Amino acid sequence: MKLHPLDRKLLRDLWRLRGQVLAIGLVIASGVGLLVMSLTSIEALRSTSAAYYERYRFADVFAHVKRAPESLAARIAAIDGVQSVETRVVRGAVLDVAGFDEPVMGQLVSVPEDGEPRLNRLALREGRYPQSGKPDEVVLSEPFALAHKLGPGDHLRAVMSGRWRNLVVVGVALSPEYVYTIGPGALMPDDLRYGVLWMGRETLQAAYDLEGAFNEVSASLLRGANPERVVDEMDRLLDRYGSHGAYVRADQASNWFLTNEIEQLETMARFLPTVFLAVAAFLTNMVVARLVAVERPEIGLLKAFGYSNAVIAWHYVKLVLAIGAVGTLLGWFFGYWLGLYSTTMYADFYRFPFLLFRPSAGPFLLAAGASVGAALLGAIGAVRRAAALSPAAAMQPPAPPLFRRNRLFQPRLFERLDQPTRIVLRQTSRWPLRALVTSLGIAMSVAVLIVSMQWLDAIHRIVDVYFFAAQGQDLTVGLVEARSSAVVGGLARLPGVLAVEPMRTVAAKLRSGPRVVRGAVQGVPSHQSLYRVYDAQGTALDLPPDGLVISTVLADRLAVRPGDIITVEVLEGRRPVLEIPVVATFETYIGRPAYIDIGALNRAMHEPPSVTAVHLRVDPLFETRLYRELKQMPQVSAVNLRSAAVSTFNETLAKTMLIYVGFFIVFSATLACGVAYNAARIALAERARELATMRVLGFSRREVEYILIGEIGLLTFVALPLGAGIGWLLARWLVRAFQTELYRVPFVVEPSTFGWAILGGFLATLAAVLLVRRRLDRLDLIAVLKTRE
Amino acid sequence: MSTLGTQRPVLRARDLGKVYRTGEVEVHALRGVDLELWPGEMVVLLGPSGSGKSTLLNILGGLDSASAGEAWFEDHDLTHQDDRALTRYRREHVGFVFQFYNLISSLTALENVALVTEIATRPMDPAAALRLVGLGERLDHFPAQLSGGEQQRVAIARAIAKQPDILLCDEPTGALDSQTGVLVLEAIERIHHELGTTTVLITHNAVIADMADRVLVLGDGRIQQQRRNSQRRPASELAW
Repeated sequence: MKLHPLDRKLLRDLWRLRGQVLAIGLVIASGVGLLVMSLTSIEALRSTSAAYYERYRFADVFAHVKRAPESLAARIAAIDGVQSVETRVVRGAVLDVAGFDEPVMGQLVSVPEDGEPRLNRLALREGRYPQSGKPDEVVLSEPFALAHKLGPGDHLRAVMSGRWRNLVVVGVALSPEYVYTIGPGALMPDDLRYGVLWMGRETLQAAYDLEGAFNEVSASLLRGANPERVVDEMDRLLDRYGSHGAYVRADQASNWFLTNEIEQLETMARFLPTVFLAVAAFLTNMVVARLVAVERPEIGLLKAFGYSNAVIAWHYVKLVLAIGAVGTLLGWFFGYWLGLYSTTMYADFYRFPFLLFRPSAGPFLLAAGASVGAALLGAIGAVRRAAALSPAAAMQPPAPPLFRRNRLFQPRLFERLDQPTRIVLRQTSRWPLRALVTSLGIAMSVAVLIVSMQWLDAIHRIVDVYFFAAQGQDLTVGLVEARSSAVVGGLARLPGVLAVEPMRTVAAKLRSGPRVVRGAVQGVPSHQSLYRVYDAQGTALDLPPDGLVISTVLADRLAVRPGDIITVEVLEGRRPVLEIPVVATFETYIGRPAYIDIGALNRAMHEPPSVTAVHLRVDPLFETRLYRELKQMPQVSAVNLRSAAVSTFNETLAKTMLIYVGFFIVFSATLACGVAYNAARIALAERARELATMRVLGFSRREVEYILIGEIGLLTFVALPLGAGIGWLLARWLVRAFQTELYRVPFVVEPSTFGWAILGGFLATLAAVLLVRRRLDRLDLIAVLKTRE
Repeated sequence: MSTLGTQRPVLRARDLGKVYRTGEVEVHALRGVDLELWPGEMVVLLGPSGSGKSTLLNILGGLDSASAGEAWFEDHDLTHQDDRALTRYRREHVGFVFQFYNLISSLTALENVALVTEIATRPMDPAAALRLVGLGERLDHFPAQLSGGEQQRVAIARAIAKQPDILLCDEPTGALDSQTGVLVLEAIERIHHELGTTTVLITHNAVIADMADRVLVLGDGRIQQQRRNSQRRPASELAW
């Protein structure tokens, strides 16, 4: 096949411009890669979870009760829209795993002995379900089993109804209910200290005195059923059995985390690739505009020969398409790899028994369309200029750029500058838009760094506030149910206990006018020394003798202010309905708590002083003995160690977040390098003649470099603080976009983050400029003198 | 030139040769040129294109290196210098004027001259240099605001403002019409007269040779002919 001469020119142009083509290609590839990664991950997470939920019959509606008769199951099944119903016994228990001192918390969940459950089936990884007549058989959740290296045939112990039971592992499984397994009061999965155990239903019914009854029910819905109506109906049926209220799948903890992750990925898919593709559009514009300027005589000649405007335009469009194609192909490759990598990481973090990573063409086509579109959009002006050149004018050299004295520069100051510096300033201010956009491109790389590193700052702040400033206890002991406060004294006498503080949590509906929030009211001492009511702004609050102190999120949800009255419908005990004034609000990062003085709460409940949890400060020397004692206490259902919570929190983040921050550092370096490299190459191309002239006039290499590097340096000097500002704004925006009911990422950008981001942008620019500087040494001094520009 | 006997040449070349290799082809641009330039002399190099005159000028100006032979500026060997030394040589001793002016478009006339005086060891006042070429009224104009002849005169002012030992002009009137060209030549003549700078002027226009003390005709990389004008014609009398 014989190439058309114009196409041959195109190929040679591409080869000659390969450095710049590659630089733009990498910026496009970053955008495409990020987009493909996010979209394929979203797709994989969606299809994997949908298939998993479907295959293992994940329920649509859930409700916990204190105790309800089994006969109720049929009435729930009769609710319009309900497909099938599964009743279960679910209880928390303290476990003892050989070789692990600290108390371990388990969630015991019943499964039928006579076959698979109708809903929420287990994905057995090893072994089998517990069998009828073998009350000690248990199936472990896989992450927990892996963390403790347990498998079929191994043993562990659990406190059930105050008695130690020896259990034998018969299976290891995953469950659609526990894609994300998080213990009560924890922020991150801790597979060593929290696990799910499935046991025979009869065993659990017998152990917890629930024969012929259940304490948890889940239901699947018919296609097209209205979940809200089913929830209302279930609430009506379950209300008098101590229900805290039915909830839909969207509010189920594990699923909530998963969908939230997908939403965050969607936010990212919208935001970050846009930045990269916008910069790519600008870079394409710069390169094509320069090319058209250089090739003016050729364009004129071609037109004089009779080539049409359309052919000329198409020639340059093909160049842009080629640049876009380089970026897109690279980006597809990166994106596929990153998508697979991140999905695999997700599959490890969110526990799926299988992984469907079968990216459809959609993300790839969308990314290709977006990137080529961006490149074309960027080049359109230059291409049109090429097409519009009249042949006669094109063959004339362009008029030299007209410079004027700039009012921007103070004459008196300007006159003190040397000529090379004046050149730098005049060149920069002569094309202010280009200078601005170049600066903006470099600035965006700093901004991307700030946005990604901001998460680390935010998380340190959360850890500082949530785990250190607010929590003075070393561990928290959760009780099976509300106990007389005598238990506090009992715990205080245990070995190594230095201080104790009671807490009582009651489930409640909080209502203000038409607004209702299902949650809890926590009773704590009015002056707390261990578990503090802590405002994220940095102050601990004392509670008033009467009245609620609530988090600002809750106040917003209920649209109340201090002084307003909230109706508290307690869902436990005698279920009193209380009218309590809001006394103060405070800022929290996690949850939406409401606090009240514990004495006032107990009085309102018409109960003697009771507690549901006790916070302890302990002497580390006695830890092991204390754990042993706690494991022996039947009323203890949970033990949360603050140090363990902090370390899992940090480990999890190190596994996930740091890797992403690493990616973003690479991406933002690409951005800064791409912009600076192209800007420097074009500055060099445009100034080659003047720079060579100066070398002839006796300026040394270094003095000439000053002009080239000075210009990029000036733009970078503007870009770095600009990027810090943009990064600050973007981070603030993203933090808001990522706010959820469960947690609010604080907006914190540490000075060191600004420092690192600025250093990163600077180094990436420097690297690009050093690459271009080498070309300056190869300037042909003689050639430029002999040619007219 | 009665003083020739007691003076030493400013520039001299012995058996200077230059070979360019482009791909497989060897081009012998210079084939053994011997030359001496004396203080205060005005020399015109005449020759058709490809005769080697620009190559000779570039080597004498420290822009290019010779393949064979030697070139000396006073006591400095130009043929065995590194880039740094050649840069210093150009900076301190040589003034260049090019066919296409090569002004810095972002600097005014005055600033283009100041560009050189700022790094020179014994510079003139840039404004005085511009007055010398008749541009005292256009100090603050940018190149785009000046005519071709004016731009070339700025280039001349820029070349002589450092008070160089040698002024090298490569086809200074090549891009100009005859009337404007004469104005430029008058400027060069005036500089030569007032400052006594050794001046080498390349041209393929034989008429211009009349303003020189000495004329060297180059052809095929060699000096084919050398003649001395008994009387220099003023530039104002030249026409082509």
